[in-house]
Formats: sequence, C-alpha cells, structure tokens
Amino acid sequence: MTENSLMLEIRNLHASVAGNEILKGVDLTVRAGEVHALMGPNGSGKSTLAHVLAGRPGYEVTQGTVFYKGKDLLATPPEERARQGVFLAFQYPVEIPGVSNVYFLKNALNAIRKARGEPELDAMDFLKLVKEKAKLVDLDEELTKRPVNEGFSGGEKKRNEIFQMAVLEPSLAILDETDSGLDIDALRIVAAGVNALRSPDRSMLVVTHYQRLLNYIVPDFLHVLVEGRIALSGGKDLALELEERGYTWLEKEPAPVASGANC
Amino acid sequence: MSLDNSSVLELTNREYKAGFVTDIESETVPAGLNEDVVRTISAKKNEPEWMLEWRLRAFRHWITMVEPTWANVHYPAIDYQSIVYYSAPKTKKDGPKSLEDVDPKLLETYEKLGIPLRERAKLAGVAVDAVFDSVSVATTFREQLAKVGVIFCSFSEAVHNHPELVKKYLGSVVPYSDNFFATLNSAVFSDGSFCYIPKGVRCPMELSTYFRINSANTGQFERTLIIADEGAYVSYLEGCTAPIRDENQLHAAVVELIALENAQIKYSTVQNWYPGDKEGRGGIYNFVTKRGKCQGRNSKISWTQVETGSAITWKYPSCILQGDDSVGEFYSVAVTNNRQQADTGTKMIHIGKNTKSTIVSKGISAGHGQNTYRGMVKILGKADNARNYSQCDSLLIGDQCGAHTFPYIEVGNSLAQMEHEASTSKIGEDQIFYFQSRGISAEDAVSMIVNGFCKQVFKELPMEFAVEAQKLLGVSLEGSVG
Repeated sequence: MTENSLMLEIRNLHASVAGNEILKGVDLTVRAGEVHALMGPNGSGKSTLAHVLAGRPGYEVTQGTVFYKGKDLLATPPEERARQGVFLAFQYPVEIPGVSNVYFLKNALNAIRKARGEPELDAMDFLKLVKEKAKLVDLDEELTKRPVNEGFSGGEKKRNEIFQMAVLEPSLAILDETDSGLDIDALRIVAAGVNALRSPDRSMLVVTHYQRLLNYIVPDFLHVLVEGRIALSGGKDLALELEERGYTWLEKEPAPVASGANC
Repeated sequence: MSLDNSSVLELTNREYKAGFVTDIESETVPAGLNEDVVRTISAKKNEPEWMLEWRLRAFRHWITMVEPTWANVHYPAIDYQSIVYYSAPKTKKDGPKSLEDVDPKLLETYEKLGIPLRERAKLAGVAVDAVFDSVSVATTFREQLAKVGVIFCSFSEAVHNHPELVKKYLGSVVPYSDNFFATLNSAVFSDGSFCYIPKGVRCPMELSTYFRINSANTGQFERTLIIADEGAYVSYLEGCTAPIRDENQLHAAVVELIALENAQIKYSTVQNWYPGDKEGRGGIYNFVTKRGKCQGRNSKISWTQVETGSAITWKYPSCILQGDDSVGEFYSVAVTNNRQQADTGTKMIHIGKNTKSTIVSKGISAGHGQNTYRGMVKILGKADNARNYSQCDSLLIGDQCGAHTFPYIEVGNSLAQMEHEASTSKIGEDQIFYFQSRGISAEDAVSMIVNGFCKQVFKELPMEFAVEAQKLLGVSLEGSVG
C-alpha cells in the first residue's frame, strides 16, 4: 500500500440502533498513514461509528457505503474485517473467563496470518513477540497469562487493547475512547504505545472526548461529529478551539446554556 | 493444556461422524423379554448355572418394578417388549483367537471411528477391549498385562475363567435389585469388560474399552466390573459411539468398581452416542448405573466423564466411601444441544472416618438442550471429619435452553465439613463480538470459551482423551450460535 492511497471511504452513512437513527449521513475519507481524531458531544454517534466499522451486530446500516482498501466493508463479516486489518480498541473491553490472554491472542494472530497467507506462528515465536509488545505498553507480563481482561483494572484493560493492537498490527486501527478512565501516567504510556505504531501504511481513527489525548497523539486531521454528522473538519489546532468554545456553537439549534464540552 | 484451534475448525460443519452401519450378519434373539429370552442369552453364552440363576433372580425382580419418573427428562414410554435384547456378530465356532480371525469389516468400523486396534493400540500403549454390539471381539496386550498378573478380558470370559472373582464381586456394589435399569441389565446383560489388578500392582498401561451400538433396535446392556486389590492402581478409559438410527435405542449399562485398601481406580468416560437430530428424532437413551466402592482404608475412586452424546442421559457415577480415609472424586462435563436432555450428577456416601469427596460439575446447554445436575452428599453418623467440596457451574448458550441444579445434602455427623459453590453464566453476544473483532469466528469463540469453562475437568483426563474431548465439544456445539 502506497502513501496517500485510500484506506477508508465513508459516504453518507446512516445507521440505527434499536430503531433509533444515530448516524445521519457521515462522510469521511482516511488515507494510508493518516491519523484522524474524531470528537464530539455525548450521544453524537462517535462510538456507534466505531462499532459500525467493526461490524457489531445490532447496528443496522440503513443507507450509505463504506469502502476499506477499495472493498465493500459493510458486506464483510466482522471476523473477516479483522483478518483484513481492521482493529477496534474497545471503550469497555469485555472479560472472557477461562480463556487466557496469550491463548486468545495467539488464535487471533494466527487467524489473521492465515488470511494473509502467512504461516502460523509457533508457541516459541509467539511468546517472543508477546514479550516484546508487552514492553511497548508497559503491560505486566503476568497479565498476559491471566484470562482475558478478567480482574483487570480499567487502565490495564485499555493497555491490553493497545497491546493486542501492537501484536495484531492492523492497517486501520479504531481507538474508541482509549483515554477514558486513564490517569495521566497511563495516558502517556498508552499514547506512546500508539505513537510507536504509527506508520505510513497504518491509519488510525482516534475517538475521544478530550483534547488532552491529542496533546500526546497528534492527529493529522480532526473531525467533530454532531448529531450523527460531521459538522466540522480541520487540522490539529481545531482541538484547542473546541476545548475553549465547546460543541454547542456547532449544533444547528444551540442549546440555551453552553454545555462546556463534556468534562 | 492448550487446544489446537485448527482441530476444532476442521471438525465444524461436520455431520455426526460415527454414523455408518457395518454390514455384518448378526446373530439376534427375537424382540421382547421373558424368562426364555434370559435363558437363551445365558445359553448362547454357555454360562454356568449360577450365572443363569443370578440373571433369573434379577428378571423376576424386574417385572415387579416400575420405571422411575423422578428424573428431569421427558420421553415417550419405552416398549420393553419391542426391544431386541441380544445381538452378537456371527463368528467362527470358537470365536476369534487373534486379530487375524476378526471379521475385517469389524476392524474397518473401528478404523472409521479412529481407533485402529493394531496401530493405535501399539502406538498409544493402550490395551483395547473392543465391544461390538455385545460381544468382545478382540483383546490386545493381554499377554503383557498377564505378566504382571492383571486380568483384562470380556465379562463372558471372566465368568468362565475367573468365576471365583466374578461370584465374589458381581452385584456387591450395584445389587441386582438396585434400580429399574440396573436390574434390567442384570437380567439381560450381553457382555462387557472385566478387570482385576492384583495386590500391589500398578497397571502398566491405561486400559480402554470402546463401546459401539450397531444393530437397529438393539438395546445395549454392558456390564463392567473392575477390582483393584490392596495397593493396586488402574486407570480405565471408556469411549462410546453409535451409528445414526432413526429410532431411539436403549443403553442401560452397569459399572461396578471395587477398591480395596490403599487401592486407586481412575475411571474416565467420553460418551459420544448418537444424540438424535435437530428436531430430537432418534438418539440413544443412556440410562446407566455406575458406582464405585472404596471398600478398604485409604482407597480412592475417581470418576471423570465428558458426556456430549445421547438423546437422554440418566447417569450418576457414585462413590461409597466405606474405608476410613478413603477419597471419592467426580469430575463431569455434560453438554446438551438441540433437543438433548441430561440428568446427571453423583452420589457421595461417606461411611468411614476422615473420608473426603470432591465434586466438580460443568453443565453446558445450547439450542433447546436441558441440562440437570443432580447430586447427593450423604454423611453418615460414624463418618467423623468427613469433608466434601462441591462445585456446580452451568453455562448457557442462547435463550432456548435450560440449566437446573438439584443438590441434596444430608449430614448425620456434626464434625463434617461441607462446601458448595454454584454459578450460572451465559455466553454473551458482546463476548462473541470481542472474539470476532480480533479475527476469530463465532464458532471458534464458543469453542474457546467452552473449553476454558471445562478446563478444570479436562485436566483430569488422560492426555489423549482430553484432546478428543475438546474436539467432541466443538462438534457437539456446532451450529449453536447463529
């Protein structure tokens, strides 16, 4: 994949959850190597967009198209999307009792390698990879042996997501509020991990509430999602403006009282 | 222990693999049950008078009994007069002397099942006493076992060659009058396995029996008797498959274990009888009585079962802890998918002092499956310092299935210590999506979660069996997620 080639093309995307339309015509283009930040008030559809892209059941696309590397993403089942390089770092990672983190990840990696036509990694090589990548996000190696996310603190769960991303090496990483619930030190570590994974053939869509994350992960573009549509796009400086002015001025019918963003 | 995921993948989208019929002429007794049939069975097996007498006592008792209805399973009434009670593959007059004498079609059947006697037995160091419908056709490694004094043969042979042991122990744990199905078995049992480990001998290999029901409408009535003499040790594996049949087939087996002082018996089962189709047509009724007696001081009996097959399972492998310091264990995984029903568990009867029992039961329900754990822990008055630990976990897949738990606890000694833990969980859509978002299919996700759930039990199985059990779970739960 060459730089500037199209990674993700979202056109007029409408999606509903339980009959309620959340996305009302999203347009977004992400090229290879770019980092896009997606901000917006609560309920604007940020997480919905992240889940629609990953293929979560229950999120119904009613209109529009999404192309990933030129292929129709919406027609692809979720595990196929992952095998083709789409990765979602969850805002609330679930616990999987009885299945160890390494075992889970080894199966995931080998499913992806298989889809790419690469040989499966054996246990030795895999453990070497785990050691190396765990360092990247300062994840206690003990945690890799425990059941997936079971008994992990909020911060450990988020670090585990970035650790998984480091192992799986996706082409398109969607980070859904990876910063929420992190203290400043954990935020730095996670951001450093994400930055280390930036590369010319990897794109990222960073969903966040807070401008502060963008001090650490500096995006190439920033979009503001309001009421299911992208209301404004710009460069990284837009984040600072939002921090000052909030989102209300972007809404069609401004609320009587300024909400002061979402802090 | 780790599961090779590719093996599960390979097994998905597969029909019931053991579903084929071997075309061999069977020597069959007409359907129905009366004293004449009992006599005929006994005569066909050339049994001594005492054996026939025992069968007849059982039969006369059986006709006074009524089928139990307390189990949480539902099925149309069984017509016991329409069942064929004996079916044996036709053999040369004196039966096979070696593998070369065995009908090649029989051996082919075993090959298809993945148990080539010759290679596998040798490679795996397992002595297989293969029961085909009702008669043992081949026994391997007998000589090697004989060197250390271990007797491992078919039940019929034991009746002829070791009558003193059979007379002494037959019915000593499960009396002929025990319950409706055990009594029926006592009257008409066709064959089974017999095993005796002499004093102080550690059996040099895992002993194994593969059961298989072949003829249509043939009830299979196996009888297994295992005796571990003082200080002896044996690990016994039982595997079961049956070809596809439209009608339900009755399987009413009896297993008796006796452990004398300082002896240990480990009994492992992987049960894969035909479960019936998606609508619940066909399948095996598996009504089995399994019980072990820790007769001597410091003896131990351990049951491990993985029950994935059968339309209906009614089975409670139990331990009578008679000797002081004896130990009973029960590790169970029971899976019900589609229309399968299982009512299974254990009984731990503490009689001796310082006796200890452990129960770990894992029930998995999918489709319209109904899974019941029924267990009893009974501490008798003289069982000072008895201890029991019970853990019953249920896992639900989908919203049409059911999990039920009936623990009975009776304590007659104030020094007893009892612990009981139970949990019910459900595989959530969010969990499955988490796997999918990492490239793992929904089927594999369920398989991995289920195997994680069962780990505690699988680690009790001999390695080979553990791998087979994991594969079976994958097959059994196939199609359980949409």
